Amino acid sequence: MRVLMFGWEFPPVVSGGLGTACYGITKALTGLGNPVLFVMPRIELSRPFPLLTLISASDILEAASERKEASFQDPLLPSSFDHPLILRPYLKARPSGGEHQEPRDWPVESYLAAGEGYGVDLLAEVCRYGEAGGLIAARENFDVIHGHDWMTVPACLAARQESGKPFILHIHSLEYDRSGEEINERIYELERFGLEAADKIIAVSHYTKTMIVGRYGIAPEKIFVVYNALSHREAGETYRTRKRDGDDKVVLFMGRITFQKGPDYFIAAAARVLKEMPEVTFIMAGSGDMMPRMVERVAELKIGKRFRFTGFLQGRQVEEAFAGADLYVMPSVSEPFGLAPLEAMMYDVPVIISRQSGVSEVLKHALKVDFWDVDELANKMIAVLKYPPLAGELVEGAREELKNLRWEKAALNILKLYNSDSKSEMISGRRGRGDAGVLSIRRGADDEANEDSALI
Amino acid sequence: MTAICLYFQVHQPWRLKRYTAFDIGRDHGYEDREENRRLLEKIAERCYLPANALLTSLIRKYEGRFRVALSISGVLLDQLTMYRPDVLESFQGLAETGCVEFLNETYYHSLSFLFCIDEFRAQVSRHRRKIKELFGQDGKTFRFTELIYNNDLAREAENLGYEVILAEGAETLLGDRSPNRVYRASGNEGGNGDGRIKLLMRNYRLSDDVSFRFSNQDWQEYPLTVGKYAHWIHSENGAGTVINLFMDYETFGEHQWAETGIFPFLEKLPGEILKHRDFVFATPAEIAGTVEPVDSIDAPELSSWADTERDLTAWLGNAMQQDAAGTIYGLEADVKACKNDDLLDSWRKLQTSDHFYYMCTKWFADGDVHKYFNPYPSPYDAYINYMNILDDLSRQVKKEKRS
Repeated sequence: MRVLMFGWEFPPVVSGGLGTACYGITKALTGLGNPVLFVMPRIELSRPFPLLTLISASDILEAASERKEASFQDPLLPSSFDHPLILRPYLKARPSGGEHQEPRDWPVESYLAAGEGYGVDLLAEVCRYGEAGGLIAARENFDVIHGHDWMTVPACLAARQESGKPFILHIHSLEYDRSGEEINERIYELERFGLEAADKIIAVSHYTKTMIVGRYGIAPEKIFVVYNALSHREAGETYRTRKRDGDDKVVLFMGRITFQKGPDYFIAAAARVLKEMPEVTFIMAGSGDMMPRMVERVAELKIGKRFRFTGFLQGRQVEEAFAGADLYVMPSVSEPFGLAPLEAMMYDVPVIISRQSGVSEVLKHALKVDFWDVDELANKMIAVLKYPPLAGELVEGAREELKNLRWEKAALNILKLYNSDSKSEMISGRRGRGDAGVLSIRRGADDEANEDSALI
Repeated sequence: MTAICLYFQVHQPWRLKRYTAFDIGRDHGYEDREENRRLLEKIAERCYLPANALLTSLIRKYEGRFRVALSISGVLLDQLTMYRPDVLESFQGLAETGCVEFLNETYYHSLSFLFCIDEFRAQVSRHRRKIKELFGQDGKTFRFTELIYNNDLAREAENLGYEVILAEGAETLLGDRSPNRVYRASGNEGGNGDGRIKLLMRNYRLSDDVSFRFSNQDWQEYPLTVGKYAHWIHSENGAGTVINLFMDYETFGEHQWAETGIFPFLEKLPGEILKHRDFVFATPAEIAGTVEPVDSIDAPELSSWADTERDLTAWLGNAMQQDAAGTIYGLEADVKACKNDDLLDSWRKLQTSDHFYYMCTKWFADGDVHKYFNPYPSPYDAYINYMNILDDLSRQVKKEKRS
């Protein structure tokens, strides 16, 4: 199978799980003999990726613009998107050498923190990406279109319209996970548009699938669960600190300091733990919109001396943080999957994870709590720190468990899904659903004829 | 002449309540009384009462030719006394028929033999007295918790005056010998010669056919009709043969729900077996009194009737279990020095083997068996809960010792 895959970020530009997951899936699919054309909005990589074909959408758009190709297809968007005052200026402004104000990288933070003011710029970028989708589809050969998360929806729809190939939307996170009840309406609308228009949907967990059905009204038969996995590092690369007896125990939180990740529950539990075990150190590694409030809260609770805020960590700093921890906690309020606990387990760190997470569906050798149950979280934190055989068993079990979490398995499941698309399904996916209400200006009789011939 | 030896194990632990780090030092009540009562009521209605009634009627119907054995743990007897004395009375009714032998075991269904021999003897002695008090019988047959067995245990049971002991008919003990004979326990290396105590080995295939596989529709022998089962039994005919069918009493109504037809199966079984005139029913003590052992069984290592391994890994296989057991038995000296009956009672109830069973991590792979009876969401939760309670108990004990 040749796969046209639309992503958003890729290592080393990775500040969330999406890039890591894309890399894992792509590498595994390719390894199984399925070439992947991986498209990103723009590509700036410090190292080459052998065996992978990476396509930069911005390069495509620039080249097309220079060649003065036929006017761009307007991106396929929900009809509710017609907000001329807000979006049109950005759609009309084609980039020319000098960039307008968008940041050069698009870290996941920018779209995940809906309240940070990137909203409109980001949507414009998504639309431009959408324009590139059709162009890329016109010049490449592929069997299936695979898009990751809502940002790729316009691009995938354009690609499908151009090629007639099925569009599989892979959901790694939803607006509801990211923002709780204070969702960005436009992003939600685009998410829903894509979920309805896609031929098939991949969800990273049953937790996410349930949310797609419940919050977006999508039929469950259309949604398939494929769990994320972990890239197994080569032996010898892991960094180990030597912990000495008598060192304080260290409990680690590593993730965005934002609503979704439950940092406030971590702090509340820490305060309870410190009442029983005063010699524990709590580390909050990460940055985010709730950071100032969390620092305040720690001060209010008078536990500042036992807390360290490290800010955003990268590369070796991440490794050091894991290696120095006695316990890793992921108290997420809503986590579609959650790769970080798997990384912690690779460093032989026992983990406590929220039940409101996708990864809790696959892990057995992890302690689980409901994110709101601060007492139980504190109870389990104390137990891990106090009873060494508990940590020992968790770590030993986890080591075994990790062996089974491979991207190859995920890739095989994805391939099964690709291959289960029959022509008839392809037809029903293209017509009707999602195409109605599409704001697409260039539709006409010519296009209809082209569509039919593409199906034969 | 072939003797069918039917023995049913009857036991329920004192389940623990949810006990967090913040309860330590503040809450000294460890049992979940409500939950224990609720479960007891359920099991009484679904199993104990209907099964006792059925056994009683069968005993009457066959005028003494149908005979069985029961072993009821002390901790269950206590719960029945507290919550369902009517059920206790129905067991006493069975004793009065004269056709039911009541075995002896450790009062607290514990692993004490493996850790504290004095404690083991105290628990056995207490159970022996209780059985005598409630059912009017002097114990002749001994079984250790979960049919755990080795040479040392056999010797100890003999020293305590028992005539027969039960064990799992595992290949590690039998080799290629059949479980359907009476054996004697092997002597120790000191050359004392073989013991006098007789050994009855569980025929696990025929036992599990009923207790585990009865309602399993994927089993190739499903459905297990009485005729088919009796035919298998009758095929084992031979002089000096015994067929030891040892199972959990909860097979009847709990593990195998009434809807599976398990009660009619049991109802028709004696009649079907007795159709063959070379077959009789007998209790372990009766068999020991009439059948001579054909060989000795050497069991230097411990075995049990649990899982496919038939060893001790279900209770002591991982580091958490070993730590928990080591910790509770490590308190023995201090607890006894306190001379406080409440603390002693708490300490003993925490020895029940179920607590360690719940911490078993084997079931993450094996799946079904352990999970069904496990009140905790994971073995880790079981360990955390137990250790928190032990922490509180040991603090109480230390405090008591100081004063």
